[in-house]
Amino acid sequence: MDDDDPNLKHPSDKQDNSGVSRRDFLKISGISVAVPLVAGPQAVMAAGQQVPVYGPGKVPMEFTINGKVHKASLEPRVTLLDALRDQFELTGAKRVCDRAECGSCTVLVENKPVYACSVLAIEAQHKAITTVESLMQAGKLHPLQQAFVENDASQCGFCTPGFVVACKSLLDKHPHPTPEDIRRGLSGNLCRCGTYAGIRQAMAQLSQKGA
Amino acid sequence: MRPFEYVSPTTKAQAVSLLGASWGGTEILAGGTDLLALMKDDIVSPKRLVNIKNIRDLRGISSSPQGLRMGALTTLADLADDAGIKKNYPALAEAAIEAASPQIRNMATLAGNLCQRPRCWYFRNGFGLLPKDETGNELVADGDNRYHAILGNEGPAKFVSPSTIVPVLIAYEAKIRLEGPKGKRELPLEKFFVIPKSENEREHDLGPNEIVTEVVVPPVPNAKIAHYEIRQKDVFDWPLAVAAVALKMQGSNVESARIVMGYVAPVPWMSPEAEQALTAQPLDQETAQKAAEAAVKDAKPLSHNEYKVQLARVAVKRAILKAASGGAA
Amino acid sequence: MPDYAWPDQEHRTLIGKRITRVDSPVKVSGQAKYTYDVHRPGMLYGKVLRCPYAHAKVVSIDTSAAERMPGVKAVEIVQKPNANIHWAGDDVVAVAAVDEPTAEDAIRAIQVEYQKLPHLVSDAEPPQGATQEEGPLSMNDIDDLLDNQVPNRQIVEKIQQYGVTEKPTEDKLKSFKSSGANDAVLNALREATVHPEAASRPKSNYEKAAAQTVGDPDKAMAEAEVVSEGLYGVPVITHCCLESHGTISEWPDADHLLTHISTQNVSGIPGQMAEPLAIPASNIHVHQDHVGGGFGSKFSPDRWGIFTAQISKKAQGKPVRIMLERDAELEVAGARPSAYARVKVGAKRDGTLVAWQSESWGTGGPGGGGMPPIPYVFTIPHQRKEHTAIRNNIGPARAWRAPNHPQAAVLTMCALDDLAAKLNMDPVEFFGKNLDITKPRQDIYREELGIAANLMGWNEKWHPRAQNRSGNITRGVGLSLHTWGGRGHNSDCDLTLHPDGSVDLKLGSQDLGTGTRTCILIVAADTLGVPMDAIQLEIGDTTYPPSGGSGGSTTIGGVSSSTRRAAVDARDLLFAKVAPTLDAQPDQLECVNGRVGVKGDSHRSLSWKEACAKLGAMPITVRGTNPDRTKPPDLTNSGVGGVQMAEVEVDTDTGIVKVEKMVAVQDCGLVIDLKTAESQCYGALIMGISYSLFEEKVMDPTTGRMLNANLEFYRLAGFNDIPELVVHMMTGKGYDERGVIGLGEPPVVSPGAAISNAVANAIGVRVPFLPLTPDRVLAALGQKAGA
Repeated sequence: MDDDDPNLKHPSDKQDNSGVSRRDFLKISGISVAVPLVAGPQAVMAAGQQVPVYGPGKVPMEFTINGKVHKASLEPRVTLLDALRDQFELTGAKRVCDRAECGSCTVLVENKPVYACSVLAIEAQHKAITTVESLMQAGKLHPLQQAFVENDASQCGFCTPGFVVACKSLLDKHPHPTPEDIRRGLSGNLCRCGTYAGIRQAMAQLSQKGA
Repeated sequence: MRPFEYVSPTTKAQAVSLLGASWGGTEILAGGTDLLALMKDDIVSPKRLVNIKNIRDLRGISSSPQGLRMGALTTLADLADDAGIKKNYPALAEAAIEAASPQIRNMATLAGNLCQRPRCWYFRNGFGLLPKDETGNELVADGDNRYHAILGNEGPAKFVSPSTIVPVLIAYEAKIRLEGPKGKRELPLEKFFVIPKSENEREHDLGPNEIVTEVVVPPVPNAKIAHYEIRQKDVFDWPLAVAAVALKMQGSNVESARIVMGYVAPVPWMSPEAEQALTAQPLDQETAQKAAEAAVKDAKPLSHNEYKVQLARVAVKRAILKAASGGAA
Repeated sequence: MPDYAWPDQEHRTLIGKRITRVDSPVKVSGQAKYTYDVHRPGMLYGKVLRCPYAHAKVVSIDTSAAERMPGVKAVEIVQKPNANIHWAGDDVVAVAAVDEPTAEDAIRAIQVEYQKLPHLVSDAEPPQGATQEEGPLSMNDIDDLLDNQVPNRQIVEKIQQYGVTEKPTEDKLKSFKSSGANDAVLNALREATVHPEAASRPKSNYEKAAAQTVGDPDKAMAEAEVVSEGLYGVPVITHCCLESHGTISEWPDADHLLTHISTQNVSGIPGQMAEPLAIPASNIHVHQDHVGGGFGSKFSPDRWGIFTAQISKKAQGKPVRIMLERDAELEVAGARPSAYARVKVGAKRDGTLVAWQSESWGTGGPGGGGMPPIPYVFTIPHQRKEHTAIRNNIGPARAWRAPNHPQAAVLTMCALDDLAAKLNMDPVEFFGKNLDITKPRQDIYREELGIAANLMGWNEKWHPRAQNRSGNITRGVGLSLHTWGGRGHNSDCDLTLHPDGSVDLKLGSQDLGTGTRTCILIVAADTLGVPMDAIQLEIGDTTYPPSGGSGGSTTIGGVSSSTRRAAVDARDLLFAKVAPTLDAQPDQLECVNGRVGVKGDSHRSLSWKEACAKLGAMPITVRGTNPDRTKPPDLTNSGVGGVQMAEVEVDTDTGIVKVEKMVAVQDCGLVIDLKTAESQCYGALIMGISYSLFEEKVMDPTTGRMLNANLEFYRLAGFNDIPELVVHMMTGKGYDERGVIGLGEPPVVSPGAAISNAVANAIGVRVPFLPLTPDRVLAALGQKAGA
């Protein structure tokens, strides 16, 4: 690799990027061929146009979470989940598997349930993010949450917020879900204590009432 | 995760030029459901992530008399919910809704599904795609290979191809379109998957600076098509065997068949033997059974996965019978 | 003497009713703060470098690059060069940094050189002649035996038979005691013969861990009219708490530690941290509001808990958090020992059990482990049992909900079920016939068997093995019985009545999601005649009176008893203050529905608030304690019985098993809250289905690594894998008056055996080992060719 190629001096290669040495960073094979880098901070030339480059150091970011704007300076490698939990004290979404396998980190992005552990914070900017914390209004539980309470659908409770958000999204889509809707809709969340029986009862109660 | 820089090109050409010419330095971020896990586990450690989600040309589903076009960024949820796909390609819609969980279907893209890396637990634990320990011992043959390949496993690659929707797409004769520094190309989808022979190869016919742009499927086929998965858990579980079949009929006999198995080999596995066994035959239990036997005739199970031969056989038979009785459930 | 006894049925307002869990609202709204959610000011993020090898020696460690990184605040070498590492994933170096990404970068910058050593991760049947006689026991061996929950009786036998390699110090004995050794073990250790020369004896991977003979098994087996032989087993599984293990430690000043920890044992943590940190336990303040699962794996501060404190000290006392990553949680933070056995069991033609013979083996990791209590529940008159413990490099075992019992249930109930099949007997009849040897719980089991059979529809569903088959889908039913102790642990609580009528209650206990908070409030509110929400309950802190760890189903008996005694004493003190106003004797008073009044005279009463105003200016605080012989009766008890039945559907082409229905009939003495008690049973059935069908810690023979340390291949049952569940709690006469008995463990014991038996009933052959995966089911079916 041609480490001395002045074209490879990267604009965003700042000292606060502690995780990787500048020399390592420059060893990106092939970029010198594909990307004639140009001067000018925080941008590279690509196909004749300037494309902004973020990171690897901290980048100012802005989020809309539960209708409120939140700001933080984060590296691109920070996930939405870690941003919610560590920056904004929104700890309802839990980190359990951190690999899109268990559903404990379920939040809504643009009203669709996703695993916050597998979304980069940087790409969740300027999208409507909804977390479990938003369901309670004026100190009153959402009917779905009330049904969880009445049907004893939580034990240790660590999976519960993820389940609540998954159920909320299911009921938004199907106010009177069929067993098949429930089978599909709740397949992405796991519980260890064994609260599925209570969740099933809660959903049965809500699917009759409509939520 | 290691640090990386993040770029969000808005055109295909930008994306291609932002990617590196060899593997290792850059990765493409689409849905992220697989890539972020690989990065957290240090299986891949790009210095630059190229987010392609802002490229409008990669979006959208459209049907026309020429067939179906699905942009690379089509999510699995889009595939499952699209009215045209449900009507005209119901086995594809079914495979999409059978995949993973609602959260993943909302995030994961078609291109990401085709390019996802194997679930092989040696690969995911950092022992490589063709797993060896640091003294060079090959790990899969002597290790726990209960989920590994029973076909196409003679070389060092013993993982199974992980997509559950690829077999049915191949049954539909889908083609994949790619774009790279040398321009565009189109491949029958089955040709996109290759068995790597050395650790520096990947399992896709995809250059490090190429992107998947779209998948196209020919016009609604006059065929009976079905998809069948065997999973241990009811839902949200990697299958143990997948089969997809497309049967073109002439009267009550099969004129020609496409039979594709998933989760049995390092690539989606087409079975000319099974196709041959069905050709010019009526569709019934007996011919389905014969085709299923033919599909696994050459299977060479490893030390712990002989049961997968049976599961592959059952998957093929059930897919044929499901197609015979009208396709998607 | 005040009457501490539990009120009888007509005098209970809350106890035994179906009461909604009080901690639900904060949990469903995401407000509940778990240790993982605690964000202390200035908190540093810790990460751990883990050994990639199952058995290795640390040769050298270079942390210099990590130490130089901006943002890295402390680096702590946990295992120094020359340390021997016995399982992959063991911690070697820990770092703390300003944020998590920086801590990860620092870990990657550390260079460790290892010398790899040979490892064993298999728990397959020991090869012929591999077993070594147990020799004198080192203090580490004793620790291992206790960690593996080897029954105290077996430990005593070993100590008496083989002696020890050194004389234990009193401190060591104290630590054994806190790890579960009873007085018999401690006495045996004090009196044991010491063989210092044996300390250097090389250890085999295979040790003969138990050999017992009862009666004359050879003669009895020879005379048995029907004999069944079989192979049975359960693999190593993990606890897989959703909230991983972890701790946040900080030093408010040089001598005082504040620790937030995810634990089942709030009051017990300081005593375990004091010695390694060289500060008095009283200087350690532990706090926890909620815990995201423990299942037996969260009693100790763990090595990582200790080093959060050490790292914090290096980082000027700043809070340092280490929460385990999921892979580490599954690799190092707890596993249930495996158990396998070749069993031969004999009966008379009429089904009467006469003889048992078993050769069993299993592993609890480096400690080997002991023999599960087999034959389980049924005291078969003639027995011969031998057990080989496999010491290997899979990581340490920890108590897993009902230690040793689920294994014992599979080894026993499956063998008995096979014998019933050989006798052509319906298992309900066969097990029923042998209940005389389940003393003292034979009557409980008899009643439960009848109820369970009804709830299952057993008579319509049971068929002789593998009959009623048509096509590839086949159904079957199976059953299992279980028992557990569950006596209440030591618990103190402080109850304060304030002159304004408010009540607070403080215990150093913890609520694992079992309903502990709810049950404490039920007992206090029922006793004081006030609503539950009139009482302010605080738990989870070492500034409150200590309560035992929540393990072994001991919490409910402990906290309900201490709360009852405190509430009765407080009530009686209040009666004494109020009696003159009501012109009555204190013993004529009662408190119900928020009023304190004269029994049988509704005109002479005061509201709760008015009554408390009579306390004067000062609140009164009373201490309730369990056990407390000075305040009889004993409010808790031990020894429950339960019966479970499972119905399964098996696809014989694919080997896929689906559980179609499960029934749990469970006794636990006096039920405090029926709703959360039932939830414990539902949860146990679900966890049981999960371990019966899916769970297994898969170890790679070559690399010695766990291959499925994630939630995609360490499968947990999902919502849709759970069928109709029917739970029936035994309550009322014959049960209530026994007192309160714990419930966490017993219902999780039987599912494995019941489901395995149902599969055998469905497909006509035994699938020897759990989990009942397609490969195993198809293998048992003889790999039937053809779809």
